[in-house]
Amino acid sequence: MTANTESITPKKSLWSRLVESRYFVYVIVSPLFLILLAYVIFPLYKTFADSVLTEDGTWSMSNYIKFFSMQTNVEALLTSIFISIISVITCAIVGVSLAFLLERYDFPGRKALSVLSLVPMALPPLIGSLSFWFLYGESGIFPRLFQTMFQLDEPPFAISGIWGVIIVHTFTMYPYFYLSASAAIRGLDPSLEEAATSLGAGRVRIWRKVILPMLTPAIVSASLLVFMISMASYTAPLMFGVDRTMTMQIVLSRTNGNLDMAATQSTILSLVSIAFLILMKWYQNRRNYQSQSKGIGVHRTEVRSKLMKYIAMILSIIGVIILLLPILVIVLISFSTDGEWTVQIIPTSYTLENYMNLFMDDRTWRPVWNSIQMSTVAVIGNIIFGVAAAYAMVRLNFKGKYLLDILIMVPWALPGTVVAVNLISAFSQPSVFSFYQVLIGTFWIMPLAYFVRQLPLVFRNTAASLMQLDQSIEEASLSLGASWWYTFRKVVLPLIFPGILAGTLLAFVQGLTEFVASILLYNVHTMPLSVAIWQKLYSFKFGTACAYSTLQILLVLIVLVLNERLQGDNKQSAVM
Amino acid sequence: MKSVKLENVTKKFGDVIGVENVNIDIKSGEFFTFLGPSGCGKTTTLRMIAGFYYPTEGRIYFNNEDVTNVKPNKRNIGMVFQNYALFPHMTVFENIAFGLEVRKLPRQVIKEKVERAQRLVHLEQYSSRKISELSGGQQQRVALARALVIEPDILLLDEPLSNLDAKLREETRVEIKRLQVELGITTIYVTHDQHEAMALSDRIMVMNKGRIQQIGTPQEIYNKPANLFVASFIGETNLIEGTVKEVTDNHAVVEVDNGIILKGMKTNSVPELNFQVGKRVTLSIRPEVINIGEGANQLQGEVLLTEFSGSSINYLVKVGQNEFNVMSVNTALAILQRGDTITMNIPENGIYFMEQKG
Ligand SMILES: Nc1ncnc2c1ncn2[C@@H]1O[C@H](COP(=O)(O)OP(=O)(O)OP(=O)(O)O)[C@@H](O)[C@H]1O
Ligand SMILES: [Mg+2]
Repeated sequence: MTANTESITPKKSLWSRLVESRYFVYVIVSPLFLILLAYVIFPLYKTFADSVLTEDGTWSMSNYIKFFSMQTNVEALLTSIFISIISVITCAIVGVSLAFLLERYDFPGRKALSVLSLVPMALPPLIGSLSFWFLYGESGIFPRLFQTMFQLDEPPFAISGIWGVIIVHTFTMYPYFYLSASAAIRGLDPSLEEAATSLGAGRVRIWRKVILPMLTPAIVSASLLVFMISMASYTAPLMFGVDRTMTMQIVLSRTNGNLDMAATQSTILSLVSIAFLILMKWYQNRRNYQSQSKGIGVHRTEVRSKLMKYIAMILSIIGVIILLLPILVIVLISFSTDGEWTVQIIPTSYTLENYMNLFMDDRTWRPVWNSIQMSTVAVIGNIIFGVAAAYAMVRLNFKGKYLLDILIMVPWALPGTVVAVNLISAFSQPSVFSFYQVLIGTFWIMPLAYFVRQLPLVFRNTAASLMQLDQSIEEASLSLGASWWYTFRKVVLPLIFPGILAGTLLAFVQGLTEFVASILLYNVHTMPLSVAIWQKLYSFKFGTACAYSTLQILLVLIVLVLNERLQGDNKQSAVM
Repeated sequence: MKSVKLENVTKKFGDVIGVENVNIDIKSGEFFTFLGPSGCGKTTTLRMIAGFYYPTEGRIYFNNEDVTNVKPNKRNIGMVFQNYALFPHMTVFENIAFGLEVRKLPRQVIKEKVERAQRLVHLEQYSSRKISELSGGQQQRVALARALVIEPDILLLDEPLSNLDAKLREETRVEIKRLQVELGITTIYVTHDQHEAMALSDRIMVMNKGRIQQIGTPQEIYNKPANLFVASFIGETNLIEGTVKEVTDNHAVVEVDNGIILKGMKTNSVPELNFQVGKRVTLSIRPEVINIGEGANQLQGEVLLTEFSGSSINYLVKVGQNEFNVMSVNTALAILQRGDTITMNIPENGIYFMEQKG
């Protein structure tokens, strides 16, 4: 019937023979493993080796014995754990109550509050700590305000030390609880409660026996996540001068030239993080009973009494102010003249110069340009790796699939500090994986760090789009005679493009706002935006620092708005 | 047009058996249907023909050419998927043109062929519509046009009508048959709807639990089912057990209950049924062959249920231990009610002998 008969036994090009081979999956998959081996496993191993190998090359646990016998180390470990546990508790209280309040009750100001409740998530890592320091720190705006108002000798309150860290953590991490609890509450079938009521259960019993058990999975996952992120937190302890945390100790050990100890501390922190990652994966696989029944969602109870309405309104306003203040204060200070704000409550002299310099003064613009370049390089890598890995994970069958999944998540679980230390251990000498170059001190080390840290972002977003794409669409293309490669280009790629773009944008702003790994890896020529903010703060150029910060906030907001458009209600994948 | 042959084909998914030992010979130009309950292996068999699965054992031939390991994109098949699998980012025209573009035909030729295909399925006006802007039936026809436009050697359809409502189903069914007859294309059709299978097919393969039960024309399958599964799966039937009482040259007499005796023709049985006095057998009697009134194999019973469906009246009748479904054409005469006594007869060739159940 057609001229296609001869295509059944044609002479084939090498490429098409390769693509059609049964082993073609391994052609795609092995570079992925190689990259993970080179830039995740090898550096992790190098750090580990540094911690257990003595100078003459024999194995020894002496560093670990030293770790646990040194007061500072043990204290740092305990402090980190303490901060993390308290952060989990405070985040849970704030996040879950807010979720209940916003999902279950209708009151004046609810809409505004629910939109703004995600703002903390949008704040770049450094900005959260920075703004709290400006607002509530020892020489912050509010302590000074109250000091002046009541004519006190000392500020009446100020957040500092460990509690400062915990407060910042609460503010920046409660959204993890809020998001997962809201999703769970929305998924709670109201008929379950109605059924329980009809069976004679009272409110308390319904809570204990129906609602809480249904929320447990969400709360447990969020707890593990917040614990992990708190353990990894570096900027908050740095800002509030808490030296005795694991991350701070790692950096201190490095700056003091105690590299073995830094490696030991890193390895211990990695183990904790990876253990939590595995725990989380295991837990999520084990139980997952979210919304089984669709139907009418939860109906909100309207707050009726006049008094309660007023109280609700005032509390909402306070909530909205607390949520917005961090951004407002940064924007405000960004217009202040550098060096003029000393003991006044708020800056007294304002200027546009900070912004003018940002775009016109070469030296001020430089870090912005550096960050853009390095993020771009990292993101290109992330796209290629992420799309290939997502396709392999979702569509292909090969040996080692589960391993690939875990390996991709490892860099996400590792604290930025640890990622940096690992890369330093691995690439301060030439190796195969760096093409026999020393990468430390070059331009390439930071894009590499960003690439590693953002590894899961493009992957997860692409994988989510691919999972929604019906496999039979690809089969239809094949049945029409298209090759695998043609199908991938003409059918798969256009359809998963929104997912790829969403992941790419997120990865890009993460690069632009990265601080924790950068501070260990940068040099004068490659100083990125966040490190520049930190340095300007250090030299009291608050105006310039905040102008940089405002730029970061703006970029993040743009990306979040774009992603909202791209993904519709598929937010979950962007978050975790 | 190509013929399709499956030779001892088995497909296993790990330990799960998808289909086992399938042998089919589909003639060029034939309309061949795989029929069976859910999970019996229809899709699995079809996907092996399409090339999306490779058989664990056995071989597949198109026109005597071994294609067992040929990639799906080299088989020149047209496939219509259950969910249509249209490309959502392309227009109707682009969807239909896809296979032709893959074949690198000149633009002008593509345009002509697509337009002809659109006319064939009555979608001339919809060229630039997005897929999401089409109704289910229209999408179905785009899928059909897309599969046909590449002039495939074999057309494969996996439950193409299952997403349509009853009326559209009927219309599209006629359409598919018309196209198949016009183009004379070898067609393999998957369904679990026996009416669809009967109406469309030259031959039907009935499957169950991964195994072929029977291959035959619709009449053969209906009138001469190979086993109890086929008899009960295709159409409605009364399965009555009994003991062979008497065997003559042409006839067999079976006692189905105390004193109730039915006589049928020995030729009207599953192949190689061994008639022996005393043997337990099962009789398959279609509800529509039972007549109301006196005659051969006359029975008397009590009406348990009456169901009026317009063109016909269905009775459930109790005769001794057995219950019979009886279907009579509505002749606008009086309808019997529950409790009434009914006299009926079964013509000799309306009794089909099979092996005993179980
Ligand atoms: N990819 C697979 N992996 C494992 N088992 C499979 C796979 N595909 C099919 N099976 C099994 O093979 C058997 C046959 O499945 P198949 O899809 O061919 O059924 P079907 O006749 O098309 O049913 P339906 O009418 O429901 O579509 C089933 O038991 C099914 O569970
Ligand atoms: Mg099927």
